[in-house]
Amino acid sequence: MSSSIQWQFPRALEDEAIYILRETAAQFERPAILFSGGKDSITLVRLAQKAFYPGKIPFPLLHVDTGHNFPETIQFRDWLVESLGLNLIVRNVQDSIDQGKAKEETGKYASRNALQTVTLLDAIEELKFDACIGGARRDEEKARAKERIFSVRDEFGQWNAKIQRPELFDMLNGKINIGENVRVFPISNWTELDVWNYIREEELQIPSIYFSHEREIIERDGMYWPYSSFLNTSEDEVPFRSKVRFRTVGDMTCTAAVLSEADKLEDIISEILAAKISERGARIDDKRSEAAMEKRKQAGYF
Amino acid sequence: MDVLRITTSGSVDDGKSTLIGRLLYDTKSITQDKMEALQAASKRKGLDFTDLSLLTDGLIAEREQGITIDVAHIYFSTPNRKYIIADTPGHFEYTRNMVTGASTAQVSLILIDARKGIVEQTYRHFFIACMLRIPHLVVCINKMDLVEYDQARFNQIVEDFQALLKGSHYEDKEVKFIPISSLYGENVVTRTEKISWYNEQPLLEYLESITFDLNDRQHPARFPVQYVIRPKTDQHHDFRGFAGKIASGSFHVGKEIVSLPNGQRSRIKSIEKFDQQLDAAHAGESVVITLEDEIDISRGNLLVTPDSVPEGKKELQASICWMDQQKLTAGKTYLLQHGANRIKAKVQQLHHVVEVTSNRTEEKQEMGLNDIGRITLKTAQPVFADAYAENPANGTFILVDEFSNATVAVGFVE
Repeated sequence: MSSSIQWQFPRALEDEAIYILRETAAQFERPAILFSGGKDSITLVRLAQKAFYPGKIPFPLLHVDTGHNFPETIQFRDWLVESLGLNLIVRNVQDSIDQGKAKEETGKYASRNALQTVTLLDAIEELKFDACIGGARRDEEKARAKERIFSVRDEFGQWNAKIQRPELFDMLNGKINIGENVRVFPISNWTELDVWNYIREEELQIPSIYFSHEREIIERDGMYWPYSSFLNTSEDEVPFRSKVRFRTVGDMTCTAAVLSEADKLEDIISEILAAKISERGARIDDKRSEAAMEKRKQAGYF
Repeated sequence: MDVLRITTSGSVDDGKSTLIGRLLYDTKSITQDKMEALQAASKRKGLDFTDLSLLTDGLIAEREQGITIDVAHIYFSTPNRKYIIADTPGHFEYTRNMVTGASTAQVSLILIDARKGIVEQTYRHFFIACMLRIPHLVVCINKMDLVEYDQARFNQIVEDFQALLKGSHYEDKEVKFIPISSLYGENVVTRTEKISWYNEQPLLEYLESITFDLNDRQHPARFPVQYVIRPKTDQHHDFRGFAGKIASGSFHVGKEIVSLPNGQRSRIKSIEKFDQQLDAAHAGESVVITLEDEIDISRGNLLVTPDSVPEGKKELQASICWMDQQKLTAGKTYLLQHGANRIKAKVQQLHHVVEVTSNRTEEKQEMGLNDIGRITLKTAQPVFADAYAENPANGTFILVDEFSNATVAVGFVE
């Protein structure tokens, strides 16, 4: 396994994802793409563009904005929406906090990551979405490895691992009861490497923070945290500048940086092939417990 | 680069999780932090070895009980091929998960403990491989280290298994037997001197060498219409394209097609994949087809070629696997989903239920969770399915409960 080999993207994965997106458009009345500005949701937008061409993408993008985003991500989001003529809907976690529905966490690990669920569920109810398309992949995390492509959620957005519908061959059953909705995961079977190879072969634009750049960071618990006004730091956590990039893009409070010189897609892919740490290993939100993801999913998380 | 899908099944005791862990570890598909997390979790459980099953048993309940409940998907790659393993529990309570995991697989990987030989679970696994006609069957005889790498023991198990193959779907097909020790990684990715009497490929090398059956391409052309694309923009004012994934066979520009159920004919004007214009497209490809004539086609229609028009049937004989807590009731109406088509269907008759491990049939009035049996269905409109044995891609359906909306069964058309 030499890291100099540039692996190809398996095209069968694109055929599968396009098939899933078309099933979603056909089986539901009001689907939406959950858009974070990260590489997985950028990939989803590309797939949706291909699935319905020469027609337009028949659903809006929903961005649940925590207010703690990297500014580069928001700039990128607005550029993508503008250049493809997409319909973007933004709902803010700050509004949920102001309405007293969500409470800001305190302490040095405070993050708005878990609070997104409240805003998301409110948005689903308000906008009457019956299917939310997400960029989650089964290789990311062990609870995700068990989730279906059409994952039925109850009125509270909850995922129940024990009563999932079996999915056979490529047949997808999107029939739901009133109040239920479905999370759709078209790139379930892709790995991190597949996504990067797809981005490279399709020549997709991605936010600049995925590439090596100089930034102020602090070191905490053996990880490099991006320094920002959103991060609660103690006096002995002194920020310093270093060349870093991000493998995954979440909030500035829950995404750790990796020291990297990789400023081209080819270099990023080589770096991933040689990496000793998994992608979500840089997600501070997953470190809370062994079952952190499953617990968040039960509560209605993506 | 292609994708090879493997289904595997068994209990922790067979060393299945260890085998998968070994494949991931030796192909460098598991990262250091995941490995460290596994070591820590194993230590917390008081184990003195690294329990690789913790990698695949992702749910809290699974870790608590030390069992696999659901289908887990595991991914690894070599420079040649991407592999997807659908790892399913082998216990009879989870037959439906085994069927689910097997439904997309090109390879069925059966694990046998060299000390125990063929056990009840082996029969169940083999039965499902036969029912689904999974193209490739690989039997790994594991824990060879615990039988002192004894060639006679290996040969005995192979002989016992070959007796099973007689009269089955695999009788005249290649079935691969490999002696391995997943604990020590012997014959999984690399060869071992300890099994020097075995001169053939280790497991991964064999998986790398499997060539895909191009059967799906040779089968009759079937295109279930998923979605109609009508942009109605100035640029594409009259564009009307039929989007779908080709189930089997090939379609060519300029050739005639028949649209079912109405039987109207036209010619293919274009086959498109995003901004690319293709001359032809084949099984597995998601494309958009436009036609020369304005004929009435919507979601659920099936485009075929005139040389192989399937017969529309309102009465279907099928084998089914029941997947719901609520039992099947003869006389009840369900929704039958075949391709992109949903039709009301009534279970007219339940003929028998099969006892999977002995292959014996039993006449019964009801079918419960995990039962496999044979039924007659009556449908409200004709179903244009092929026999599963002749064209698997157009020979399956699911049944959906009209009240709970649950997927209650998968069926294989006879």
